[in-house]
Amino acid sequence: MATNVRAQAEAPPARGWYGVVFLAWLVPGGGHFLLKRPGRGALVLASVAIMFLLGLMMRGTMFQPQTGDVLTTIIYCGGFLGDLASGLFYLLTVWLGYAQPDTAGHVHDYGTKFLVAAGLLNVLAMVDAYEIVTGQKE
Amino acid sequence: MPKMNLSHFEAAILFALFSSVVLGVITKRTDEERLRYGVRCFAYFVAALIGLGWLMKLGHG
Repeated sequence: MATNVRAQAEAPPARGWYGVVFLAWLVPGGGHFLLKRPGRGALVLASVAIMFLLGLMMRGTMFQPQTGDVLTTIIYCGGFLGDLASGLFYLLTVWLGYAQPDTAGHVHDYGTKFLVAAGLLNVLAMVDAYEIVTGQKE
Repeated sequence: MPKMNLSHFEAAILFALFSSVVLGVITKRTDEERLRYGVRCFAYFVAALIGLGWLMKLGHG
């Protein structure tokens, strides 16, 4: 407890974390690269990129935000945010015209989950980059 | 882009693998702890996958 309090007191003041977190969103692992953690950045980049690519190859669907009942809103808006969290991968994919209709089948279903999960893993990496830049973590 | 067809098991194993890598990377403080945590996460994913698979099989008869 006392160690935690001392560590927080000794932590360097938060420098501009906006840029780091933005880069971490735009390029998965980019925040770690910027903070001179290339090994961890490369692992995040590879994992998110491969998961996203596998999702595309399984013809997963990109969520579009929809509202209605609570469940629909949570699933579609949450799914859209999850897709969006992949940063450049999502933007490029949409820009290049990827539009897979929602079809039945376990492969498509897994693809959709892979696309969302890639973004959610990137959110975790963004939080990690934030904690590093604010001195809460090595 | 080529279309990929994976079985449930293959897709779930790949999901577990990459999720475990990221979970390992972003947690803990040393590389050794990260490696251990990543491997443990992967083992838990696989155990849950096999356990739930059997549960569903037995449940459906």
